[in-house]
Amino acid sequence: MRNLDKILAIVWKDLLTEVRSRELVVGMLVFAMLTIVTFNFAFDLTGVERAPSGAGALWVAFIFASLLGLGRAVALERDKGSFDGLLLAPVDRGMIYLGKLLGNVIFIVAVQLVTIPVFGALYDLPVYQPMLFVVLFLGTLGIAGLGTLFSVMAASTRAREVMLPVLLFPVALPVVISTVRATTLILTDRTDALMQWVNLLAAFDVIFLTIAFLVFDRVVED
Amino acid sequence: MSPGGRFGNSPTGLALAISAGVTMIIALYMMFLYAPQDSVQGPVQRVFYLHLPMAWIAYLAFFIVFVASIAYLIKRNRRWDQVARSSAEVGLVFTTLVIITGSLWGRPIWGTFWEWDARLTTTLILWFIYLGYFMIRAYVSDQERAMRYAAVVGIIGFIDVPIIHMSVRWWRTLHPEPIVTQSGGPAMPDSMLYTMGVALLAFTLFFVYLMYQKMLLEQTKDELSDYNLAEADRQADAAEGVTA
Amino acid sequence: MTVSMPEHAPEAVDRGGIPRILASGVTKRYERRTVLRDIDIDIDAGESVVLFGPNGAGKTTLLRVLSTLTRPQKGSLRINGLESEADAIVVRGQIGVLAHQPYVYDSLTARENLQFFGRMFEVDNAPARIDQVLADVELLDRADDQVGTFSRGMLQRIALARAILHQPSILLFDEPDTGLDVASVKVLERILAEHRESSGSLLMTTHDLAFGIRVATRVLIMVGGRIVRDCPSSDVTADEVESIMGAPGA
Repeated sequence: MRNLDKILAIVWKDLLTEVRSRELVVGMLVFAMLTIVTFNFAFDLTGVERAPSGAGALWVAFIFASLLGLGRAVALERDKGSFDGLLLAPVDRGMIYLGKLLGNVIFIVAVQLVTIPVFGALYDLPVYQPMLFVVLFLGTLGIAGLGTLFSVMAASTRAREVMLPVLLFPVALPVVISTVRATTLILTDRTDALMQWVNLLAAFDVIFLTIAFLVFDRVVED
Repeated sequence: MSPGGRFGNSPTGLALAISAGVTMIIALYMMFLYAPQDSVQGPVQRVFYLHLPMAWIAYLAFFIVFVASIAYLIKRNRRWDQVARSSAEVGLVFTTLVIITGSLWGRPIWGTFWEWDARLTTTLILWFIYLGYFMIRAYVSDQERAMRYAAVVGIIGFIDVPIIHMSVRWWRTLHPEPIVTQSGGPAMPDSMLYTMGVALLAFTLFFVYLMYQKMLLEQTKDELSDYNLAEADRQADAAEGVTA
Repeated sequence: MTVSMPEHAPEAVDRGGIPRILASGVTKRYERRTVLRDIDIDIDAGESVVLFGPNGAGKTTLLRVLSTLTRPQKGSLRINGLESEADAIVVRGQIGVLAHQPYVYDSLTARENLQFFGRMFEVDNAPARIDQVLADVELLDRADDQVGTFSRGMLQRIALARAILHQPSILLFDEPDTGLDVASVKVLERILAEHRESSGSLLMTTHDLAFGIRVATRVLIMVGGRIVRDCPSSDVTADEVESIMGAPGA
């Protein structure tokens, strides 16, 4: 599969760049940690009701960190005009979208994998549960799926820092609701209604990844 | 195109204006004088005859944005973008009215201006999505790029509606339901149903009229910018001494 | 031009009668300006064409249109006989673009950059080919340094290596000589000569009129979004080009 190799080439390139420059993940991580610590003072995260508030704080931290990373990733890609270089490659531009998306997902998941244990320790919540990681992945895929598309769009507007959250937040609301609810249910060990949220997340991902894949070509043309 | 002749006094525009105006007067008469007083909610229930048709128009408008956006991305014909942006603007205005009438109605019924009810919340989120639709248009300097980006938002935004609604409804079940969910239901008397029917018709005709006028306006705007562009080109030629 | 072209992709071979680049009626508008107005271009295999014009004449936009990055509002464009929009993916594999920006990644080494683009452009036997182009642009000794440490001239050479990596039959070069020292210009000229010998086509812009006329077989002059002159390079001198462009100095 030549398309697969090209997607992987983009991911390899983004990972290698990140390993060398550490411009994305470190910043996102510090930001996510700070958000969680700050939320402790905004809400009571020590009482019995700490699971729902904690789940909310966790996802707000991840979404803001994702916004930061998505915006920065596009800026890096445009730095030496290299995004045009990518667009010149003989490949369906949907594949370029998938490559960039996969890289973004890896970066956000990396941030989550470090943040989660710290979060669990700070608020004494049972975070080591397989379903939590399923929800994290599906939620991240949804945020990054639309975020990758919108960040490319926002980058060619006059108000790029503003446009990304303005576009992403309302559209991604179902992801926020589902992930926060699902995380709360997992942390409080109530798995009865969990699957409906997981299904909603999966449906969201499938629908919007497909649309983004299809429209990406129209978004990047000049 | 005689100047000014496009607007208002074209036969189609006039026919639409008269039919929308007449039905609207009948609808207003029916909702305030013909329909009976609601035994539980009292006079405030009458806002329902405005609220529901406005919500219908808002969603209809965004559906048209959705279809026109797909058509624009495929055909790249500016006409489709004119349809989309006209409809989006009408939709955004009606969404605002839906939220206002909804919370005015909610105040005496729920006791608060706002309840995180699934319908009202979805409408609010929709309002933000289409605000983004106009913001991205405003912040992209190249017209064609703005049209493409707006089309993407128009497609994604509309497809998101049922998903948002479902997620808010499920989330809502964890909170106490509003005391009175919605008026009517199967128990609604016929006179109320007739009133609602006429109100829906009146608002739909009004919407068609608004769309008609708005599209003429957008078309004219585009023609004007074409003209300005051609004029700028002519001047550039003159300055460079090139004969076209 | 029916020379066989062993170096190039099979699609490009045996297309003797078909021009490499055939554009007609290309018009591109941006927000407040028509940048390209009804451009017709016809470039054959083995032709080296230089495009002169004052700043803002539309040279860069024209190259972007030909490279499939920019979509014109009007006009048709065929590359190696393929319809440029419908067959964009195949077309992109047959052109090599050198733009104002080098299109490389700072934190990757020269070799890694080429490895990446080699995968994107489906270059066969990539390691050997990468060594070859690195030698061509005289960067072998810096192959494993990150390009973020490169000077302007070296960046231009790695960009050149990237542009020719997949042995495209058409080169679209936008001011390839900027930032190059005398030795590097020699490298560029040698690469362009080799490209022409293997029946490759070239369309490039430059502000160095003497360099352009020396390298090219044909001269195009663009003013205000139109091509105002099209002639063999032997028919014009730098002074004439300058007077047609109406702009002082290059």
